[in-house]
Parts: sequence; structure tokens; C-alpha cells
Amino acid sequence: MTNDEIVAALKAAHPDSVVQVTDFRGDLAVTVRKSDIVKVATSVRDIPSLAFDLVIDVLGVDFNRPGDRFEVVYILYSTTHKRHLRLKVAVEEEHPAVPSVTSVWPGANWHERETFDMFGIRFEGHPDMRRLYMPEEFEYYPLRKDFPLLGIPDSLPLPRR
Amino acid sequence: MNSRSEETRKSKILAALEDQDTSVSVDDPLENSMVLNMGPQHPATHGVLRLLVKLDGETVIAAVPELGYLHRGYEKLAENMTYHEFIPHTDRLDYLSPISNNVAFAMAVEKLAGVELPPRAQYIRVLCCEMARIASHLVATGSMAMDVGALTVLLWTFREREKILDVYDVLCGARFTTSYTRIGGMSTDWTPQCTTMLEAFLAEFDKDVTEIEQLLRTNRIFIDRCEGVGYLSRDQIVGLGLTGPVLRAAGVPRDLRRDNPYLVYNDLDFNVVTATESDALARFYVRIAEMRESAKILRQALEKLPAGPFRADEPKRVLPEKGRTYTKMEELIYDFMLINIGVDPPVGEVYSAIESSKGELGFYIVSDGTGQPWRMKIRSPSMTNLQALPYMVKGGMISDIVAIIGSLDPVMGEADK
Repeated sequence: MTNDEIVAALKAAHPDSVVQVTDFRGDLAVTVRKSDIVKVATSVRDIPSLAFDLVIDVLGVDFNRPGDRFEVVYILYSTTHKRHLRLKVAVEEEHPAVPSVTSVWPGANWHERETFDMFGIRFEGHPDMRRLYMPEEFEYYPLRKDFPLLGIPDSLPLPRR
Repeated sequence: MNSRSEETRKSKILAALEDQDTSVSVDDPLENSMVLNMGPQHPATHGVLRLLVKLDGETVIAAVPELGYLHRGYEKLAENMTYHEFIPHTDRLDYLSPISNNVAFAMAVEKLAGVELPPRAQYIRVLCCEMARIASHLVATGSMAMDVGALTVLLWTFREREKILDVYDVLCGARFTTSYTRIGGMSTDWTPQCTTMLEAFLAEFDKDVTEIEQLLRTNRIFIDRCEGVGYLSRDQIVGLGLTGPVLRAAGVPRDLRRDNPYLVYNDLDFNVVTATESDALARFYVRIAEMRESAKILRQALEKLPAGPFRADEPKRVLPEKGRTYTKMEELIYDFMLINIGVDPPVGEVYSAIESSKGELGFYIVSDGTGQPWRMKIRSPSMTNLQALPYMVKGGMISDIVAIIGSLDPVMGEADK
């Protein structure tokens, strides 16, 4: 299954959802509209010619630019066709939120929690939207570009005496 | 009077002990369940994994894993250093197979920068990955057996692992924190002494693995504690995105070495081991069988190991040989530029993954064209595999938890990043 066939199958299923297709070093990445991500994810899993049944990773990227500041990337794998695929959605800076794909792949659960923890991107419809690594009381999102490398003094609460 | 002061003293101690970290309130109308806090300092949790377990008698009703006790922010650190500077940090991810992490990271950067490796370097990397897989599976099988009560196995597997660490020692000067790869090659060449040591190890290895296996194959206690424990159906395992021996023990023959061959795995003959039982015992046997396959790969790779350079011939991307930087102007300039500014990859995003001992270990790199990554995501198999823990322990006995954690083989350095 080649990159072109995947793009054709995706475009046939959702002609309006595909925003951009990039191919760099053989890695196919398809940017889709944010509101359609659950729809696209369901067909990417269920259409037999695609059958991306394994969610490898869900991650965020902070481009630190005006407009769509963040990006959420879904790395998928098909155990039938034995290949990877990347889906991407752009996320705006004000109230960043993306529909959750945990209903499609239960395995996206912790990956989405990690993305929320590190970037503050909320996943709507996620069953357990808590931080994964940082303490619940932590107010910042450490992987955003405006968070300093050395951290913020007193931002981590110490245990009560 | 006396008893009363005793009472006050006791309540004071209790008050001091009771804080937000030690007390959990549970709504339960029947009041017959309790919450147990397992970890983060618990010998059977393989590192600093904290598990909150809700129990009814000895039966687990629910479990919530808490991560982050070893979170060191490697992804943030990576954004602030060059690709070469990050290599030592990859040792600290999966610290049971550091050398395969080095390989995975170097391969991701090479894919981004478009560096092609010479055949000898690829064979050396295969040797490294398979040695790491054996070392890691030895610890996994040994510690899993220890967790369910068979201590001898751990001592025997550690004895074998020592021999691999000795090869690392000769190869790169470190037994544990190897930092062996460089972008476009290796720090040092594979030596005949390494070959001799590895051959001596391989000559004994099949016999030693059989011995280890025989200790447990007919051990009634071990089988009773592992058989049928931690079962998840094939669909559940795939849905949760599990990879590695856990996925293969559920009957899915997915192995990146076979399915998406990298390095020179195409030229090597090996089997992808699968099982169908999908329980702790099946995972144990998949690991045992994979060690034998790895030994097979090692023998072939040693035999086929070609002569030639062990670094790519790309002066602007790959560090020159150290001796030449002292005498040659050109090499000195490139060395200076590579160390200070870094490998200059093009603008773009790549994802590159290898089949590490725990599963798919991937690096997703977003490059803005400078020597430092704009964003680097570590896709760690341990973290994803741990996600299945609440589903596996549910409905089982409390003592099954240690067997299940052992069969998942998480390394918290990798899970917490």
C-alpha cells in the first residue's frame, strides 16, 4: 500500500476533511480538519484498505506562532498492511481543545493525558482528563516554548508540614 | 491517666502520619473494600511506579497507576541541546538496554539528515541491538521469576547478563551508560576481542537458557502463579496500542525487524516468536524464545560482519576520527562546527522506530533547520504497555499484580522520560 493509495482512500471517504498532505523522507503525514478528527480516525481504523488499528502515539507540538500555535500528531500503525501513518490537526492558541479519539483507540488515553499535561491541550470527551506526569497542583505546561528550561521557582508545591 | 496519655500519643502519631499522600477516602456503601497504596517504593513495581489498588478482600476491584516519579523532562532538555549532546540522555531511558536506545536515536537523526550508513556500521548496530535485547530479556525473565518467588533464576540470568556487559565494556568503555552511537556511525570500531568474547558467550548461551528454562518449565508454583494470569484478549491488546513481546504473546506477529526492516535485518534469518495464550506465562516464554532468536541473529551477524569504515563518509554531518582533528585543518574545522553548532538537518518532521526489547521505541523529531530539535517526542514502549495494567489486574488476586507487572516488563526510566 503506497502513500498515494492511502491519500486517495482518505480523500474518497472524507473529501472535505483533508487539508494538507506532506511526504518527507517517505513519511506520509495528512493534516485533517480538527472538527473531523474522530470521523476520520474511525474510517482510518475501519476501512479495510487502511485498517490502522494500532495507535502508536499522540503528541503535541508547540510552533510558537500566531494563529494555529499548536499541532496534535497521531502516529498510527496498521498490523494488516504493516506500515505507519501520521494524522495531524492544527490547534489554536486560545482555549486549545481537540475532540478525543479514545472512543476509536482506547490506547490513546494516556497519550492524550500526556499531551494535556505538557501543552495544556484539552481533549473533549476524554474519560479521565488528568495530568500524567506533573502534580495536579502544577499550574504551567512545561513543554510550551514560553516555559523556561530552568523551571519557575516555587511552581512545584512541596508536601504539607 | 496512663492509658489516656498513651491514647493521645497514639492519635498524635496517627495525625502526623495522616496527610494527603497517605490517606484516601473511598465511597463504598458496603464498607468491605480497602484501598492499598503500592509503591512508588516497592521492590516488585520495577522502579518508581505507584499503583493505587482498590480491594475486596484479596480481589482487585480497580487499579490506578500513577506515573511521573522519575520524570526528568528529557523532551524539554532535548529542545535545548544539539543532537549529539542528547545521546548520553538516551542511555537513561530504558536503562536495561541502553545501547539499543542509542541506535534508535541515531537512526532517527540520520533519517532526518539523510545520512546513509556503511554496511559495517549497520552490522555493528544489529549486534548492539540484539545484545541489548538478550540483556534486557534476561533481566525481565529473571526478575519476573523472582517476583513470584523463584530467586535462583534471577542470579542465573544476571550471571549471563554480566557477560554481555563485559562486551559493552570492551566495545565502548562503559558497561551501563554506553553512549555508543554517533550521528552517522559509532564512537569506536568493533574489535576482534569483542568477537572473541561474544563467541564465547554464544557458545554457552543456548545451554544456559535451557538451564534457566528448565528451572521453571515444570515448576508447579511458577506455572500456577503465571498461567492464565493477566489475560487480555487480542482485540483489547491491539486497541490499547501495546507492542513488543506482550503483543506477540497475544498472537499478533508484529515485529518491526520483519515488517518494516531497518539496518540489515533483511539479510538475516530469524523467526518472529508468537504465542496465543496472552497471559503472563506466554509472555515469559515469548521472551525466552526471543533470546534464542537473538542469539541466532548474533551468530549470523558475526559471520557476515564486513570490513570497511564504521562511519559514514560525510564530513559535514559525521564527526571525524579524533586523531585526525589533531593534525588536519579540515577535520578540525568540521569537528568544531559539529560540536558547537551541530548536525544541520533540513526543515521537516520524521518518525523513526526500532523494535526494542520492550516494543516499539520511536523518536519523532520536528526540525527547524538548526542544530537543535524544535520538538522531540520519545515514543516509549514501557509507558504504553503500562496502560494495560489496570485492565489486566482487574478481577485478579492481589498477589497476581507482581506477576503481571513482571510480565509487562516496564522500565520506569523510559515510561516517565
